[in-house]
Amino acid sequence: MQVPAPFDYERASSVDHALRLLDQHGEDARLIAGGHSLLPMMKLRLVRPNVVIDINDCVDLDYIIEDRDVLRIGALTRHATLLASDTVARLAPMITDAERVIADPVVRNRGTIGGSLCQADPGEDLTTVCDAMFADIVIRGRDGPRTIPMADFHRGPYETAVEPDEMLTEIRIPLRPGAGSAYEKVERRVGDWAIAAVGAVVWMDNGTIDDVGIGLTAVGLEGVATRAQDAVRGHAPDDDLYAQAGRLAASQSDPIDDQRGSAAYKRHLTAELTSRALRRAVERSQGR
Amino acid sequence: MTTTPEQERPIGFGRLKRKEDPRFIRGQGNYLDDIVLPGMLHGAILRSPVAHGRIVSIDTTEAVAHPKVRAVITGADLEPLNLAWMPTMSADTQAVLATDKVRFQGQEVAFVVADDRYAARDALELIHVEYDILDPVVDPNHALDDGAPLIRDDLDGKTDNHIFDWETGDAEACDRVFDAADVVVRQHMVYPRSHPAPLETCGALADYNAVTGKLTLYETTQAPHAHRTVIALVAGIPEHKIRVISPDIGGGFGNKVPVYPGYVCAIVGSIVTGKPVKWMEDRSENLISTGFARDYHMTGEIAATSDGRILAVRTDVLADHGAFNATAQPSKYPAGFFGVFTGSYDLQAAYCKVTGVYTNKAPGGVAYACSFRITEAVYLVERMVDLLAHELDMDPAELRMRNLIQPDQFPYHTQTGWEYDSGDYPAALRKALEVAGYDDLRREQAERRERQRAGGRGSTGEGERQRAGGRGSKLMGIGVGFFTEAVGAGPRRHMDILGLGMADSSEVRVHPTGKAVVRLSVQTQGQGHETTFAQIVAEELGIPPEDIDVVHGDTDQTPFGLGTYGSRSTPVSGAAVALTSRKVRDKARLIAAGMLEVSPDDLEWEKGRFSVKGDPDSAKTIADIAMAAHGAEDLPDGVEGSLEAQTTYNPPNLTYPFGAYVCVVDIDEATGETTVRRFVAVDDCGTRINPMIIEGQVHGGLADGVGMALMQSIDFDEFGNCVSSSFMDYLVPTALEVPDWETDFTVTPSPHHPIGAKGVGESATVGSPPTVMNAIVDALYPRGVRHIDMPATPSRVWEALHAHSESPDAAGGS
Repeated sequence: MQVPAPFDYERASSVDHALRLLDQHGEDARLIAGGHSLLPMMKLRLVRPNVVIDINDCVDLDYIIEDRDVLRIGALTRHATLLASDTVARLAPMITDAERVIADPVVRNRGTIGGSLCQADPGEDLTTVCDAMFADIVIRGRDGPRTIPMADFHRGPYETAVEPDEMLTEIRIPLRPGAGSAYEKVERRVGDWAIAAVGAVVWMDNGTIDDVGIGLTAVGLEGVATRAQDAVRGHAPDDDLYAQAGRLAASQSDPIDDQRGSAAYKRHLTAELTSRALRRAVERSQGR
Repeated sequence: MTTTPEQERPIGFGRLKRKEDPRFIRGQGNYLDDIVLPGMLHGAILRSPVAHGRIVSIDTTEAVAHPKVRAVITGADLEPLNLAWMPTMSADTQAVLATDKVRFQGQEVAFVVADDRYAARDALELIHVEYDILDPVVDPNHALDDGAPLIRDDLDGKTDNHIFDWETGDAEACDRVFDAADVVVRQHMVYPRSHPAPLETCGALADYNAVTGKLTLYETTQAPHAHRTVIALVAGIPEHKIRVISPDIGGGFGNKVPVYPGYVCAIVGSIVTGKPVKWMEDRSENLISTGFARDYHMTGEIAATSDGRILAVRTDVLADHGAFNATAQPSKYPAGFFGVFTGSYDLQAAYCKVTGVYTNKAPGGVAYACSFRITEAVYLVERMVDLLAHELDMDPAELRMRNLIQPDQFPYHTQTGWEYDSGDYPAALRKALEVAGYDDLRREQAERRERQRAGGRGSTGEGERQRAGGRGSKLMGIGVGFFTEAVGAGPRRHMDILGLGMADSSEVRVHPTGKAVVRLSVQTQGQGHETTFAQIVAEELGIPPEDIDVVHGDTDQTPFGLGTYGSRSTPVSGAAVALTSRKVRDKARLIAAGMLEVSPDDLEWEKGRFSVKGDPDSAKTIADIAMAAHGAEDLPDGVEGSLEAQTTYNPPNLTYPFGAYVCVVDIDEATGETTVRRFVAVDDCGTRINPMIIEGQVHGGLADGVGMALMQSIDFDEFGNCVSSSFMDYLVPTALEVPDWETDFTVTPSPHHPIGAKGVGESATVGSPPTVMNAIVDALYPRGVRHIDMPATPSRVWEALHAHSESPDAAGGS
């Protein structure tokens, strides 16, 4: 049995309580929700928080709300809830696609969207989803909430804009007409982190791609694939356009050789999956 | 009369739910980590972070000062007790705790005993070890280079990393056949290092009683009796003062055959502290330090006539054994049973040379249901036959059919000296092809390939091909494999482990009320012994299986034998149980004759009762006889009371199960992802004792095979760091990677086994990896791929395709 280094445990009954505990215990404290990333890292003694603050009682952060032109998702919403949500499937099928290939049912039953985003693993799927959908992130500190775009949230591998005395509370996904989205992932085995994955959303207007978001997973690109987006925006979709977008997305990727595959293969996958994700996104926007 | 399920339960062989399952299903299994003894302490092992390094100093002061720590043991503490090194199953030596150098990442350096497992782990961080880091030997291909770092400088006079050279077959005769052959195909292939990764990791709970001098050792072992002897030799405790108990075992697959340093540390910890000490490794420790499997680097050659008559196979193997030669196999077989690399074919010549080398990696090599390296041998020959089929442009099933050993050639003597006992190979292959619908599959493949050619490969990018029809855009491959296993080791004249002959004993006792107990020397790890062995007794004595208690895994309660590995339980111990039961029956006949006042020769046996010939109503059941055997009436002259017997079975030969497999895969050309669409397995394990258990064994082995073919590999970086040290990085297949298995069978009993059973535990693990790989190469062949090494990960498949592609533009979708 792997055993973490000694730590103390606190249980927060509300967001305010959690924030007070964070303030009290300083920067070596960690929030825990699902714990499926934090606990393994603690057991391997790669992470040694002095205090673990359990926020599973903050049930008011567990929600999915369609609020006019925004899809609001509470940070404590479990992967399984997102996967099962008809609202999510209707408004943002990219999330449903991604949830279907995140880990396994055991992890999905416990893990949360807020935890995934804050862990900020480079192979993490929902970061890509939020990048591509231009989500806004609501972060609360003792002075109240602040909202930042996803582009400012993710600061690199395992780093986010959330300060040690703050917590992420909500993900806001803008809703616009004509949308279609999809997430395409290749993994070595079901439940594994992505070798590479691509999330794409298109907003169609009169047969033309009015706007587009493309995010890449595990291939060394922070934020969105701007070159591919620029090439696609304003054009009517066809196979050549998808292929061109794929090439440009690959050109912005910077993958490394590892056990999951060679850099060349991952660049190829980036192109292939960008192309596939765009096609499916367009098809979905057209109700196909 | 309606038949209730209860009445369908066989008294003897037949489908029967496992007797042990209710306790596992209800969470009532008793695994090592479930055992708690009064006053028990917990041990933890400090392991080397580097692959090769000289130990400069070990400072345990801080750890000893930890309030919950009872003892800290290092190699220096073990040296005066002569316990710092121990013999391996291959008669090499292995460090229990390193004294001079560490030789692989994860090697055992110090042992902490503490009040609880948390404190034990915490205290590991308080031990400070200084290493002088040395260059490691990671690639076995460079282990014998001039100037390669010397790993085993502990061995007197050792100047290189060479362990052994072993050869079999006739090199000159083989050369002659090759020189004259029309066609010769040669291929280098690597059977990568994998790991059995049983769900339960390894552990031990040692309880040394200083007053009685008795050591009770609970261990995760597949071979409790062999371990008792080894521990007596290592620890110097008299063998009669050692009791090894192997409780419920959560999977072994060969991983639980060796004696590990942790077991010895737990014993020393208990002696030092006077308390029971439990040591249970975690998942990473299991993956980085315990017995791995394979790591065979093979060059195969096959010679044939131009019309497809296979003449000879020749192979050269480099075997990576890690830092200590700790493979568990019969002493005279340093390369295990690799000598059966001639496969299932009637050859004119064969030759093989194996060189074993040390590297700075964990020791092991024989594990993971490999049947003493038959996995490697069958992989080699089955890939070579497929390569030859491609070279000759001949269907691989047809090529096999032409060259299989024929039924009238049994017993068949191979070119490497093995005597295959029995088989009808063509029948098994025909059946597999029929179940698979082989001709239809080939037709479907041809049509697909035609459509893909017509679709204009590479004209407009993936979109076009993708929409050419769902699966239609995928590359379809059909793999055929045939294997012959050699299990049930073995005749003691040829086969021993550390001098212990590979025979097994059993005892059967029938209680006065007709219920029985059978005691085994072998140890189940999930194979279903409590059911299978009860069924063997039931078949011989007519006592219902539920009335027979199967006792195993406790050296104080069971007779001596070498344990469960190499699919030997049914071939060896199963034979012992059948013969013991027959001895009981012979005695029952004498008693029944007395009871019925007839001559023993006037009795006839039908399952469960003796009756007088010609007077079937004059009969005594086995329960009647059992009561009489223990009763107050006189027994016939010369017959002792009670109804029991004991046998030690020394197998006259191995048994040779075999099978024919067919696999269908679909490969996404654009992503390199392989989907196993179908898998057909026709197995012949001789007499089938419990078909449900056989099917379960086959299912498990097939899943293992798919895992090896597609994803499993223990990898190292250039510094010798193991980069597959968790289930995040060492992938085992899940239900979603495997198809619904299609199993079928033929039955060719072993002529020399008392009940004709051959063993089946490792058949599917042996037969499935080459079948999957043959399917993958079959799919990629039109794209110019001739061979691909396991595991066929998406990346590796894509790279194989692109090594032969005209436009290797990685980023190009067009």
